[in-house]
Amino acid sequence: MSEVARDGTALDVSALPTVVFSHRTMMWWGTLGLMAVEGTVFALAVMTYFYLRSHADNWPLGVKAPDLLWGTVNTVIMLVSLVPNHFTKKAAERYDLAGVRLWLWVSIAVGVAFLGVRVLEFASLNVRWDTNAYGSIVWMLLGLHTTHLVTDVFDSIVLGVLFFTGPLEGKRYTDVSENAFYWYFVVFSWLPIYLVLYWGARAT
Amino acid sequence: MKRLAVVLALSALAAAVLAATPTPDAAHQVFEPMGPQAGHIGQLWNLFVAICAVVFGVVLAVLLVALWRAPRAPHTAPGDVSPLADPERRATRRVGLGVGAITVLLLVLVVASVFTDRAIARLSLKDAVSLEVTAHQWWWTVKYLDGEHVSDRVETANEIHVPVGRPVIVQLRSDDVIHSLWLPNLAGKRDLIPGRTAMVTFRADQPGVYRGQCAEFCGYQHALMGLLVVAETPERYQAWLQAQRQPAQPPTDAQAVRGRTVFESTACAMCHTVNGTQAQGKKAPDLTHVASRSTLAAGTLPNTREALADWIRDPQKHKPGTNMPAVPLSREDLDAVVTYLGSLR
Amino acid sequence: MRGPLGEQPDESGAHLKDGAPAGSAAALALDRTWSDPPGLLGWFCAINHKTIATRFLVTTLAFFALGGLLAAAMRLQLSRPENGLMGPDLYNQVFTMHGSTMMFLFAVPVMQAMATYFVPLMIGARSVAFPRMNAYAYYVFLAGGTMLWIAFAFNSAGDAGWFAYPPLSGPDYSPGKRIDFWAQMITYTELAALLEAVVVITTVFKLRAPGMTLGRMPLFVWAMLVTAFAVLFAMPAVMLSSTALLLDRLVGTHFYNPAEGGDAILWQHLFWFFGHPEVYLIFMPGLGFMSAIISTFTKRPVFGYTAMVLSLIATAFLSFGLWVHHMFATNLPDLGKTFFTAASMLIAIPSATQIFCWLATIGGGRLVLRTPMLYALSFFFILVIGGMTGLMLASVSLDTQVHDTYFVVAHLHYVLIGGAVFPLFGALYYWYPKFTGRVMSEKLGKASFWTMFVAFNVAFFPMHVLGLQGMPRRIYTYQSGMGWDGLNLLSSIGSYAFAFGIFLTLANAIRSRRAGEVAGPDPWGAGTLEWATDSPPAPPNFHRIPVVHGPYPLWEVPPAGAPTHVAGLSAGIREHLITTVIDAKPDHRTTFPAPTPWPFVAAICTTILFTGLVFTPWAVVWGTIPVAIALTIWFWPKRAEVRRALAVEKAS
Repeated sequence: MSEVARDGTALDVSALPTVVFSHRTMMWWGTLGLMAVEGTVFALAVMTYFYLRSHADNWPLGVKAPDLLWGTVNTVIMLVSLVPNHFTKKAAERYDLAGVRLWLWVSIAVGVAFLGVRVLEFASLNVRWDTNAYGSIVWMLLGLHTTHLVTDVFDSIVLGVLFFTGPLEGKRYTDVSENAFYWYFVVFSWLPIYLVLYWGARAT
Repeated sequence: MKRLAVVLALSALAAAVLAATPTPDAAHQVFEPMGPQAGHIGQLWNLFVAICAVVFGVVLAVLLVALWRAPRAPHTAPGDVSPLADPERRATRRVGLGVGAITVLLLVLVVASVFTDRAIARLSLKDAVSLEVTAHQWWWTVKYLDGEHVSDRVETANEIHVPVGRPVIVQLRSDDVIHSLWLPNLAGKRDLIPGRTAMVTFRADQPGVYRGQCAEFCGYQHALMGLLVVAETPERYQAWLQAQRQPAQPPTDAQAVRGRTVFESTACAMCHTVNGTQAQGKKAPDLTHVASRSTLAAGTLPNTREALADWIRDPQKHKPGTNMPAVPLSREDLDAVVTYLGSLR
Repeated sequence: MRGPLGEQPDESGAHLKDGAPAGSAAALALDRTWSDPPGLLGWFCAINHKTIATRFLVTTLAFFALGGLLAAAMRLQLSRPENGLMGPDLYNQVFTMHGSTMMFLFAVPVMQAMATYFVPLMIGARSVAFPRMNAYAYYVFLAGGTMLWIAFAFNSAGDAGWFAYPPLSGPDYSPGKRIDFWAQMITYTELAALLEAVVVITTVFKLRAPGMTLGRMPLFVWAMLVTAFAVLFAMPAVMLSSTALLLDRLVGTHFYNPAEGGDAILWQHLFWFFGHPEVYLIFMPGLGFMSAIISTFTKRPVFGYTAMVLSLIATAFLSFGLWVHHMFATNLPDLGKTFFTAASMLIAIPSATQIFCWLATIGGGRLVLRTPMLYALSFFFILVIGGMTGLMLASVSLDTQVHDTYFVVAHLHYVLIGGAVFPLFGALYYWYPKFTGRVMSEKLGKASFWTMFVAFNVAFFPMHVLGLQGMPRRIYTYQSGMGWDGLNLLSSIGSYAFAFGIFLTLANAIRSRRAGEVAGPDPWGAGTLEWATDSPPAPPNFHRIPVVHGPYPLWEVPPAGAPTHVAGLSAGIREHLITTVIDAKPDHRTTFPAPTPWPFVAAICTTILFTGLVFTPWAVVWGTIPVAIALTIWFWPKRAEVRRALAVEKAS
């Protein structure tokens, strides 16, 4: 019951750091894996949209295209949110406690604003999910994206509270940084979905 | 000893294959092509089997020789990493050669399959018979689309008659779920998909009765969703078609007359059509010429008086889940209906 | 280092560093640190990858047995024509359950269970990445499988096949809750599979022992890595399609309803976009087992390492280009079908490459014909036949004859049993000593192997012929006079003999657990790292993390003066070395989370949410709240743990 003997010199790793960022960390790879999964879901949902469209005589199946106003407003808010998100990430990577607190909560505020407008977006789709297949896929696309939005805003709030109450260790800065990384994904995955939802129904 | 066991098992298997029970009355075999479509596929099959058998034999032979010749080692012996430093040129060459050969053979198979697909697609459709087959849970409507007038169109169920030597174009539709039409002696499968149309073409070159079957799982009675293709001489086919175009013969004997009255006045008429009577239901097989068909309930029962009576009395016994309800009829009424239906030639 | 809010580090666990051999104070501390807590509550807190993987493995094997019982029931029904043992209602549930259980609850998860047990051991790690998520994934999987089987016990299992084509599975033709349970089971198992894939990928990329470059990774680890990547891109398709099906049934969407602009074939595209790679998700781990076993039992490295790795990657890529060959009977454009014919046949090239490389390995090695090797060798017979019938199915016109017949049933069992189950059995015999510390009986093992091998062919070979004689799949009965009676009976007899062969292995495993020969760390003279540690491994796997200098660390002598093991990680807290992705150079240290019941609780909450969704869409509203709460508590750091971690923390 003994391990195969390995008696030689040792490689001492005790001086290595414990708090690092980006692709050096496990967390980054885990987040990237989830992005790959969710990105695939989005891509397949978009393909489903065009597949259904290719089998339809008219599109959007006899209903009005979604109103542009709220979706476009939301896209602008999303793009604006990249600014506080960027500062949050940078603050975390500088171990700047005050910066993280400030910019994380600004990001959360923008995210909550986005969620509010998202409700108006659903109301201006001009179709119900059970009207026809077009309505179904439109609601699914918007619903899928909203799910990601809600989870990331929720994650941010948990981190935001933790950064005031503790207990904190240095690697929580990594969490903030990877959370901001994920927000980039939420924003950039929105852009194609916005184009499909609002302009795909208009393009002939 | 162990190899012996394998050999024994394989020979037992071969014996069982050879001893398989004889084919039924209606042919239902991939290997007895009765038309060009199934014939092309049969040839392609032969090529695939030949190439695969050779490759399989070679792989197995190489494995057995390697097992035979390789020296044995005690199971706790440590491994030898010297191959890591050695390029193993001979093995590399052999593996390379093997992969090259496989690639070439695969190309042969791809090309052969593409040519077969094209040969199938190029069946001459001159002077073709046009049909429309609609699948239902768990039976088939067959409509003959040829003829100058709409009244020339003929509807029947679960049995297709075709003239030998003339191509047949079948439009495929489904009324409910996805089904698939498969006539193994004549052509490969084609799915019948709700909301879409599809087409299959075939030609029967030999007279005979060929069995077909739904091949896509479609619910409770997927197992008992057969149909027959009766290939006959052009003369007999024309005669059959003419007969099918007639409305139902009014019954003459008293029992059959009573049977018609019962049929028209009970649940039967809500689902079935008998042309020339008040029965115009559209949910179930057209019975105008039901007595001319050789099976009942999509190949489930032979079309005999006893089987028909039994079927009407309790369809669920023969085909659990079928949409035909048991129709409560008195013994006399049932006899009368069976007599009436038996007169619809 | 102090915490950002001034937290004081707790130095008590930090000063004792690892690097000392087994039996030392540091090694004992490591054992304590990485153990799961004792007792009943501790059972629910367990996160050690070996504990979870063992549970996972036992669960999947139990599902395998259940699925096998269903197969036995079907073979009994089909052993003679017009058998009245089962009606269509029950039979349709039984074959749906058999397929769904084998595919979703056995074949893919059993491979992930093997991966989460052996990948860390083979790469010289003390844990999987994200051990809590790993535990959560297992419980979600367990709950999904249990829900499906409970539904079956209440006559509510899916009855539209494991492929569940709408409209048959849609609201109009499958009323009731059967399909809803089935569709939700997909959601459970896919969630679990996707999380496991993320765990495996991160483990392989970040936790490898120093020196284990990508080019030195065992082929088994490569197979699991490539499989995990394929899971990442394949599973979302079925999650999307099953969610759409559930929505069609639950809230009246029209994804698959042609009357309202939907399309029945959309399901088939999405399902097979997942469903074909699925076959390779099952088959590629089998290739990993093959390489591990063949190398050990030929006493040499596998021939053509680079070709083997590239073949795995090529197989994974190509597997995404084949899905339409399940749909050749639909009315898709012919040109498209030709493309899929070519792609389907191309995938034979990487498979052939691997087979030839193994043949070269066997030809150039010294043989040990023990049970694991016999199982591996049967691959060359069974899988090759299955691969060849696969070529026939890839040809459009041939496929239209054999599609949806018993020929396909024969084909898929030759591929899946030959390509995955036989190698898996070989793997179970091979690694049983690592799991238990004892070797399985060779005599019983050989008896089991030969029974399984012969019986398998008796059971499944006749199905090829039956298919060509016109016997369709998924039929609960057949009429006498079709000429199918004899072969069906033979096949049924074979299937029972096959079940007996499997039972012999089960008996062997149970018996050997007490009576087997004691194994020691390396009973086979194998070359990879899992054999460098105790059998069964101590809680931290390795008391000294090895430094790797070649692909077969146990067969090679490290270069003179080069370090042989890592030192300097805390023995008192769960500290782990993280290395770089490609070269596995030491990069940083990280602390792993402690055992906790919250993954279990979160999985229960998730189960309530998912099962609630079978009945009402409002479950989304009330069901997510407990999930969110559980996940938050799971994440929320414990003060004591933070203080211990701070004692070793150091910013870059």
